[in-house]
Amino acid sequence: MVARVRLRYAKRGRMRFTSHRDFARAFERALRRAGVPVAYSQGFTPHPRISYASAAPTGVASEAEYLELGLQAPMPPAELARALDEVLSPGLDVQEAVAVPPGAGSLADRLEASRWQIELPGLEREPLARAVAAFEAADQVPVERLTKQGWRTLDARAAVVTIRVSTEPVTGATLGEPSGVAGVPCAILDCVVRQVTPAVRPDDVLSGLRVVAGLEPPVPPRVTRLAQGPLTTRGEILDPLAVDRDGTPAESVG
Amino acid sequence: MALVRLITWTRTWTGLANREDVSMSVETVWPRLEPLLPRVSKPIQYVGGELGAQVKDWDSVAVRWALMYPDAYEVGLPNQGVQILYEVLNEQPDTLAERTYAVWPDLEALMREHGVPQFTVDSHRPVGAFDLLGVSFATELGYTNLLTALDLAGIPLASRDRDDTHPLVIAGGHAAFNPEPIADFLDAAVLGDGEEAVLEITGIVKAWKAAGRPGGREELLLRLARTESVYVPRFYDVDYLPDGRIQRVVPNRPGVPFRVRKRTTMDLDQWPYPKQPLVPLAETVHERYAVEIFRGCTRGCRFCQAGMITRPVRERSITTVGKMVEEGLANSGFSEVGLLSLSSADHSEIKDMCSGLADRYEGSNVSLSLPSTRVDAFNVELAQELSRGGRRTGLTFAPEGGSERIRRVINKMVTEEDLIRTVVTAYTSGWRQVKLYFMCGLPTETDEDVLQIARLAHEVIRAGREATGTKDVRCTVSIGAFVPKPHTPFQWAAQCPPEVVDHRLHLLKQAINADRSLGRSIGYRYHDGEPSLIEGLLSRGDRRVGAVIRRVWESGGRFDGWREHFSYQRWVDAAAAVLPEYGVDLAWYTTRERDVTEVLPWDHLDSGLDSEWLWQDWQDALAEVEQDDCRWTPCFDCGVCPSMDTEIQIGPTGRKLLPLTPV
Repeated sequence: MVARVRLRYAKRGRMRFTSHRDFARAFERALRRAGVPVAYSQGFTPHPRISYASAAPTGVASEAEYLELGLQAPMPPAELARALDEVLSPGLDVQEAVAVPPGAGSLADRLEASRWQIELPGLEREPLARAVAAFEAADQVPVERLTKQGWRTLDARAAVVTIRVSTEPVTGATLGEPSGVAGVPCAILDCVVRQVTPAVRPDDVLSGLRVVAGLEPPVPPRVTRLAQGPLTTRGEILDPLAVDRDGTPAESVG
Repeated sequence: MALVRLITWTRTWTGLANREDVSMSVETVWPRLEPLLPRVSKPIQYVGGELGAQVKDWDSVAVRWALMYPDAYEVGLPNQGVQILYEVLNEQPDTLAERTYAVWPDLEALMREHGVPQFTVDSHRPVGAFDLLGVSFATELGYTNLLTALDLAGIPLASRDRDDTHPLVIAGGHAAFNPEPIADFLDAAVLGDGEEAVLEITGIVKAWKAAGRPGGREELLLRLARTESVYVPRFYDVDYLPDGRIQRVVPNRPGVPFRVRKRTTMDLDQWPYPKQPLVPLAETVHERYAVEIFRGCTRGCRFCQAGMITRPVRERSITTVGKMVEEGLANSGFSEVGLLSLSSADHSEIKDMCSGLADRYEGSNVSLSLPSTRVDAFNVELAQELSRGGRRTGLTFAPEGGSERIRRVINKMVTEEDLIRTVVTAYTSGWRQVKLYFMCGLPTETDEDVLQIARLAHEVIRAGREATGTKDVRCTVSIGAFVPKPHTPFQWAAQCPPEVVDHRLHLLKQAINADRSLGRSIGYRYHDGEPSLIEGLLSRGDRRVGAVIRRVWESGGRFDGWREHFSYQRWVDAAAAVLPEYGVDLAWYTTRERDVTEVLPWDHLDSGLDSEWLWQDWQDALAEVEQDDCRWTPCFDCGVCPSMDTEIQIGPTGRKLLPLTPV
């Protein structure tokens, strides 16, 4: 392995229905089609050297997913990003790539928090605002999630850094198809959630709103991860690639 | 992404675009489908957007096909037949083709609840809006899924209830060589290779539409029938004898042939598809670039319908295969290549092909594979070549019969010595695991024939351990029940009853494990006898079986090829409710032996095989007489080439694969 590259990619529109493994397979094939000189591991079944960092759940769109690639021959990051984006299906979009300097810290460690946008078609602003207020005021909000080992209780409140009703969705050209239908209300929730174990996911936050305020969205929500990275004390998310790109921490990205 | 204009999404699903007004775009059902996807399992399979998918402008073409593989997406997407036709049709400027697959029951329920029709994954257009629905049946167990798709598409299940607004429902694939059980649900069936057939059918539909659809649906079907190679069931009447057998199948109008012929695409180098393979986002059963290195097979294994109905052998040349692999990999990014055919090691240039491909892809992490091959040490050498890249795919052989006697009956000529020697070669060449396929319930079989499998397996391990000097060699015995198929010498045979099959499978398991030390190194996989009996009902059924299929479907039958969904009881109950009125039953269709005078339900469908030759081959089977391959020994008059005006097309061309020039 001669060099490492980190890249940010988006899952937009219908591509949010790909699971993480679906994406991984598509990405490996894209590497071949784009002619990226990815390094392979040793052993009986060599794998391409790709490591993924905290992938979004199936059904969730994202503007900020990250992975790291090992290369066996040098390739300029910008060219790599462009070549990959060209061969990947529309909706799986490589946004940027940066070379990883020697001695750089772990990418996964920098992903301290995510910012989520949750669109709730059929819900008016008022009930959502009341539920959010109740959620914020609570010390703990226990919710249940079904795991392979059965039902498990976790506290949805502790991991949530900020939560508010959004005024405008971050939508349109950047996120692919419009979600709403004219004439139908659609309240939008915006929250920043710390990456903890066990993870608190957007549907856990929604469960929390149901627990504290009886909020029941009439149709399944559309969730988008807007950003993930290091968390400031003011609850903002920074670009996790900034340190690699130019050695200095970046301005906030979310 | 999709080039479809959205009209209001609140229009009800029955309000499809007016068929007469071709300037109106057909709406996509995506806005109605999308909210349902978070509620179902593996939603990505319904989303489309695969690499290689083609979405053409609806209004810019004259003829529109929906192509269906009637099983789940994960099985249907890799299917070569559908991929080839998809490309062949979309290459025509005046035609478009899109794909649809069976939806799982969870989505089916939601679609019914919310009024979402059967859709294509390419652009999510309703299947009912297309001119033709072409369904490819590799297996009869997809019949109930066909009914679900028709129902969800708003297409009346019975052909006679359809009008000019409904697509023509056309079946293809191997099971279409006896489509009688679904004859009532089909408008037409095509036997044999589809490439030229779909183009010819498209031409006829285009001319009929352009002329203003004269004579309606009936006239269109007549035009198709007059080609003499499209079977239109409604133009044939079936009369029955008092004892339940068929008396005759005859045309009920002029201009329709007494027998419908199969089609054969010659010169496969001129049809190098697929060029742009479909690369799914969802996980599918095969994730590789597959190239058919030849079609047809004349080894003459008597149980094998595929070999019998795809004659003669037509090879692709080594250079065509090389080019297809090169482009297919570049276009897809797959890291595995499958060299497919019914018996790949029989290709006249296989050795040069394998070593040429292995040379080209050495060090590139591309793995090459052959499907299960004849028991032949040569095949181990080939497999060695293919695994030079380092990735060793599994080795599978198909002796099919446990005793030499039964192997002569089925015409699979391999001696026990050859078998042992081949598998030992595999072990000494580095394989640790070998799979062996067998069948149970073959004609004339006794318990002893099946028990011989255990002896064989023990001998394989014993010899393998001795040759390699280690105990670390394994083999897996995989065995299923034999189902007699139409257009084979065994089409008259009595199917073995499930109880007998299950009994023999049980005996075999005991026999394998009777030796603890050897048995420990032998894996054993088997299929129960009951699903095979139903496969038998469908494979040699006639039109009366259609009512059974419908009843099973109405009581919830779906995905009959999947163990979790198949219900034997449902089929037994449906057969018991429907068949007595005709004086027949489930056993009559399956475990009953037919004699030479009986009219078989598929006799009016011509695979080219001379029926006297088939009967003679059946008698030879019972007499344990072997038959050689006509590629290398004189023609034995099976009848195909003279009656179909075809010929064997094989090499060698003498060419070699040159190294790829770097880009």
